[in-house]
Amino acid sequence: MEARRRLTQRARREELVFYLCVLPWIIGFVGLQLGPMISSVFFSLTAYNIIMPWRWLGLANYKEILTDQYFWISLRVTSIYSVGSVAANMFTSLFVASILNRDIKGLSWFRTLYYLPSVVSGVAVSMLWMYIFNPEFGILNYLLWEVFGIRGPSWIYSETWALPSLILMGLWGIGGGIIIYLAGLQGIPTELYEAAEIDGAGGWRKLLHITLPMMSPVIYFQLVMGIIGSFQVFTQAYVMTQGGPHWATLFYVLYLYRNAFETFRMGYASALAWVLFAILVTLTLLVTRSASSWVHYEESVN
Amino acid sequence: MTTTAQAGRADREMRGLRKSVSRALGDAFAYTFLIVVGVIILVPVAWMLSTAVKSDGNVYPFPPQWIPIPPHWENFTRAFRAVPFGRFFLNTVVITLTGITGALISCPLVAYAFARLRCRAKNVLFVMVLATMMLPGQVTMVPLYILYRRLNWIGTFAPLVVPTFLGNAYYIFLLRQFFSTIPRPLDDAATIDGCGYIGRFTRIILPLSKPALATVAIFSFMHHWNDFMTPMIYLSSSRTRWTMTMGLNGFRGAYGGTQWNMLMAASLVSVIPPLLLFFFAQRFFIQGIVITGVKG
Repeated sequence: MEARRRLTQRARREELVFYLCVLPWIIGFVGLQLGPMISSVFFSLTAYNIIMPWRWLGLANYKEILTDQYFWISLRVTSIYSVGSVAANMFTSLFVASILNRDIKGLSWFRTLYYLPSVVSGVAVSMLWMYIFNPEFGILNYLLWEVFGIRGPSWIYSETWALPSLILMGLWGIGGGIIIYLAGLQGIPTELYEAAEIDGAGGWRKLLHITLPMMSPVIYFQLVMGIIGSFQVFTQAYVMTQGGPHWATLFYVLYLYRNAFETFRMGYASALAWVLFAILVTLTLLVTRSASSWVHYEESVN
Repeated sequence: MTTTAQAGRADREMRGLRKSVSRALGDAFAYTFLIVVGVIILVPVAWMLSTAVKSDGNVYPFPPQWIPIPPHWENFTRAFRAVPFGRFFLNTVVITLTGITGALISCPLVAYAFARLRCRAKNVLFVMVLATMMLPGQVTMVPLYILYRRLNWIGTFAPLVVPTFLGNAYYIFLLRQFFSTIPRPLDDAATIDGCGYIGRFTRIILPLSKPALATVAIFSFMHHWNDFMTPMIYLSSSRTRWTMTMGLNGFRGAYGGTQWNMLMAASLVSVIPPLLLFFFAQRFFIQGIVITGVKG
């Protein structure tokens, strides 16, 4: 009895210390996440522009979204970018990582070099690429003409080329992906390949039956994070194209930002945010559901 | 007998030769490819560097000049005089350093509790930490703006730095994973030596977690230094509190399409701190990317 009571007292003390340690996070969670989430649901059902008192609208904001042509444009722009950039980034970084994985001399040099652009992400990079993409005096069209004899398009200033331009620019910053895939590749036991070679497997079969299955958990995680990230693009669109030309780069979050902080339609912006949330949850669930058929998890022996 | 043995040996030699030839070809392809990719990566950087020191008239003409002679170093001072970039740079430094401090004060403590202390609600709370990692920031963006407005924080650094003292799910998760790998017998030894919960945290866990703490500091640095949307939301109205990214964007609005040399000079200054950090602390960058990218 005595010992048990002392134990519970100690356990209680430990719980108290636990709560004290976690307190900052709890305050942040309640005050900056849970509370705002709940009020975001509320605001999404109102018209509110900060200056005037809010007015109850019910589901009118959500109904408006369905008939808002700019919402559909932004959804289309963001989806095309998402598919294009996730696929391009994943394929390229896997390819570069697999080449780096073949006992390359100077590996750390290449790794440093390839990661370099990721360090300088943000507005400075957008500035740099605006200059590179400039149709008249940008370096890209100059090189295309000098090296390949191709007259380059107007890149970000062209309605058709603006999105591909931004996807291309995104490829410049895949260093992080390369490092992650490289680490994954290096974690595949060499015995697997040796065994496959004894069985007479060629490079193609090794890729299909060892490399890809062993890498699938990493690919899966990168896919989910890539999709989420691509739906939250803002800086490039705001700085480089301002959503144009002719709404060709009106990304979802840019449209949301404009509603919230340029036209101060706080209620409508909140509704847009929840629609974005629903889209991301749906996409994540779809990928996760499909994962059971293609993601291979090492069964633990012990 | 002998002929078959000889044929077998010849065959094996042939196969060995073919293998080494294909390996050599593969290596040649690999190095060529890697170097070409490296050049593609460096061309924009070189272009930025060379444009930053070009004269005003030299920005457009072709063929482009890769090494401008003479270099116009005064572009840097001109850019800093045209727009108060010095001020913006200082603001960014203050925000970034405060943000790092906030993350390093709050996150390790929370992570320690999740890694080492027992509590009935622990698992539920930890699932909530993970759940907030999934929540897109846009969902809370509008209510937070309204909240900070009520607090009269618009136009101050507070909305950018105060939340960092209340923990960050990513960093908490990263640190908890790292703390969990520290052998428990070390804790027990410290307990025998008379350490309490906090003693074990400050004397065992923290000193052994320097790499993880460095990773958190670096991530937090990169986040605050490059952040554009949050300062745009909260600091737009107060020009003296603009950050470097906002200054660059404003500069684009005012001089974009004309003064590329000054624009590149200012951009260059803004990327020097992260570049320096990367070169001196590369190990922690790579480690952090791998931890967060592979294990999730």
